[in-house]
Amino acid sequence: MGINFRQETFRDDFTFRNSPEFIRRFPFPFHEDAYMYAVNIEPHVQGPKGTVFENLIDVDEHYVAEMQDRAKVLAEDPLRCQSLPHMTLAGWDLLELLMTEQAKGYPEHFTLTRDGDRWRWINRPLGIDDTFTFGDLSTLPYGPMEYITRQSQGDFCILDQRDGNLWMDAGMVTTQADWSLDFDIGMNFFEWHAPVPLAHEKGIFTRALKFLTNIQQGKPARRLNWTMTINPRLDTSPENYHKWGPDRTTVTPDNVGDKVHLRVELQSFWRLPRSNALVFPIRCYLIKMEELVTVPKWARRFHRVLRDLPNELVEYKGLTRYRPAVIDWLSKYDDGTPTSPGFTPD
Amino acid sequence: MSAGTTKLNVTVTDVVAVNELVKRFHFERTDGGDLPTFSGGAHVVVEMRDGDKSRLNPYSLMSSPHNTRDYTISVRRDDSGRGGSLFMHNHVKRGMEMVISYPVNLFSLDLRARKHLLVAGGIGITPFMAQTAQLAGEGGNFELHYTCRTPALGTYADVLHDRYGKRVNIYYDDTNERLPLERLLASQPLGTHLYVCGPAGMIRWVRETAAAHGWPDETVHYEHFAAPQPGLPFDVTLALSKLQISVGEEQSLLEAMEAAGIDPPYLCRGGVCGQCETNVVSYDGTFKHNDHWLTEAEHCSGKKIMPCVSRFEGKSLVLER
Ligand code: HEM
Ligand code: FES
Repeated sequence: MGINFRQETFRDDFTFRNSPEFIRRFPFPFHEDAYMYAVNIEPHVQGPKGTVFENLIDVDEHYVAEMQDRAKVLAEDPLRCQSLPHMTLAGWDLLELLMTEQAKGYPEHFTLTRDGDRWRWINRPLGIDDTFTFGDLSTLPYGPMEYITRQSQGDFCILDQRDGNLWMDAGMVTTQADWSLDFDIGMNFFEWHAPVPLAHEKGIFTRALKFLTNIQQGKPARRLNWTMTINPRLDTSPENYHKWGPDRTTVTPDNVGDKVHLRVELQSFWRLPRSNALVFPIRCYLIKMEELVTVPKWARRFHRVLRDLPNELVEYKGLTRYRPAVIDWLSKYDDGTPTSPGFTPD
Repeated sequence: MSAGTTKLNVTVTDVVAVNELVKRFHFERTDGGDLPTFSGGAHVVVEMRDGDKSRLNPYSLMSSPHNTRDYTISVRRDDSGRGGSLFMHNHVKRGMEMVISYPVNLFSLDLRARKHLLVAGGIGITPFMAQTAQLAGEGGNFELHYTCRTPALGTYADVLHDRYGKRVNIYYDDTNERLPLERLLASQPLGTHLYVCGPAGMIRWVRETAAAHGWPDETVHYEHFAAPQPGLPFDVTLALSKLQISVGEEQSLLEAMEAAGIDPPYLCRGGVCGQCETNVVSYDGTFKHNDHWLTEAEHCSGKKIMPCVSRFEGKSLVLER
């Protein structure tokens, strides 16, 4: 059957939206009516059909449009994709992982044929059919990480593991929630997490790092993180703050439903076989408030989470300016009835 | 789901006596598929069922990391050890089916290094077999120094010499050839990383000498196996559910509770998320805390346990579950 890829934009006229079945599979991140940072890591195993966990690397109706948006970002700012010299092998590892998983999950859209080191990769949605030699840089138009992440949804950080720490030594980052690869490149786990409030004091990062450095091949893990974005803009980077920062002042009671988005990141963690590095895909899902409230449980719960969110988190996530308007708007959908435990729609 | 590594079902396709003390074992996937790629320095944990005993021993993979058809390990017979190597030598035969873990690398190359200086003693040569294959394939700059007792016991010395010529230096104890460690360490170019694998005494000597010569810790790598060991079985009373359960040596306490139909909360199954934290009602014995969640004080208090990774040894343990 295959996915019906939408033609849409994440800039200028912002035609992005979710079709109804994609609303139902949205990875709603709140399992209860309140939110606080925690070591929310769990095994990344396949989930039921009709969820984003159906395949471990998820491809959805926004694939083609997201890849076009990425190409535009890269054309304006090549530093969104960087790989330190010792990370090339990890790039090949990532290429293998993404080709294998996408071909396995979506055979009607992607095909990988391997004959020793001679590989043929067919990507039908993007019209690509390339034959190359695995491990030989001269046979691909870009480095292996850039080549495959121009064809894979989500941002990717590749972390080198040494001295009991993780180092952000490569990445493709064009759909980020206000952080910069160019700034973080070469930093370690504690350094790049320095701006996050409260979590350091709660010991979250020391514990998380112990878990991550122990992740083993064939045993990926995942967690969800969230923030909010005004207009369905993928590229909310510090580099382009002048373009999206002012959007925050444009929220009015009338446009909340269409303009305000819950932005959820499905983050996963995978050990790479040849390089022993760790790859961290950050897959971004957007949902409009008017789409979210079509699931009554989510509407009630998100209203409560946002209303009771600790101030430090409100500020760090940059919600201060428009949060009151959104809470007000959502309150119409919260009649006070209890919500059931867990993430799924009732 | 259990903590630790994913398992692979393999068949022993060959057993080769390399010399008096060392045998080499070849494994292929029992279902005929490809084995996972790995990185030089990785080991697998081999499960051995020896009567009612089971052992989990880690062995370095020595085949080329690019070869996904078969894995090879070499095992030195240790007559005074806990018996894993004797089991491998005496009982493992071609055609036998075994279970091994996915590869795990606790001894990986630092790919930023301008040069890799590899120092091996005895059977400690095995991880370097894979690392040199990986480095040679990538045009990496390396130099291997290998000490062994006698030419007859110089496991793979000939193979390595044939493959890499002058990049391999061998020192035989019986002719009093000594590894000129101090001179070597003093004459390396900037950006060299040092790797050592061998007997504990050798590792200590190399690390101490390197430290004395001002090598920063992060440039000195040594193999330390922290592979999962089966714990002792133990019994637990679950006070709330009024159940008595036994935790097998290959099972976690969390898995044993699940097998008994109890559904305790969990997320990570790796001792960091805190979800499975369980109160202790009473105990008589010793806790084996393996988590990173509870504080030192909580570990000592005897009031809490993380059943996904921690264990118990003693007479009785009652939990609030
Ligand atoms: C190796 C994998 C990881 C990478 C590459 C990564 C990267 C990042 C980055 C770049 C930020 C933005 C920081 C800024 O403001 O500049 C961030 C935020 C954060 N990270 Fe991570 N992270 C990783 C793993 C984790 C894990 C395992 C946890 C917790 C269990 C975690 C918890 C957080 C939290 C709570 C925030 C704040 C997010 C928010 O409130 O929007 N991270 N991370
Ligand atoms: S399940 Fe996470 S600490 Fe036990």
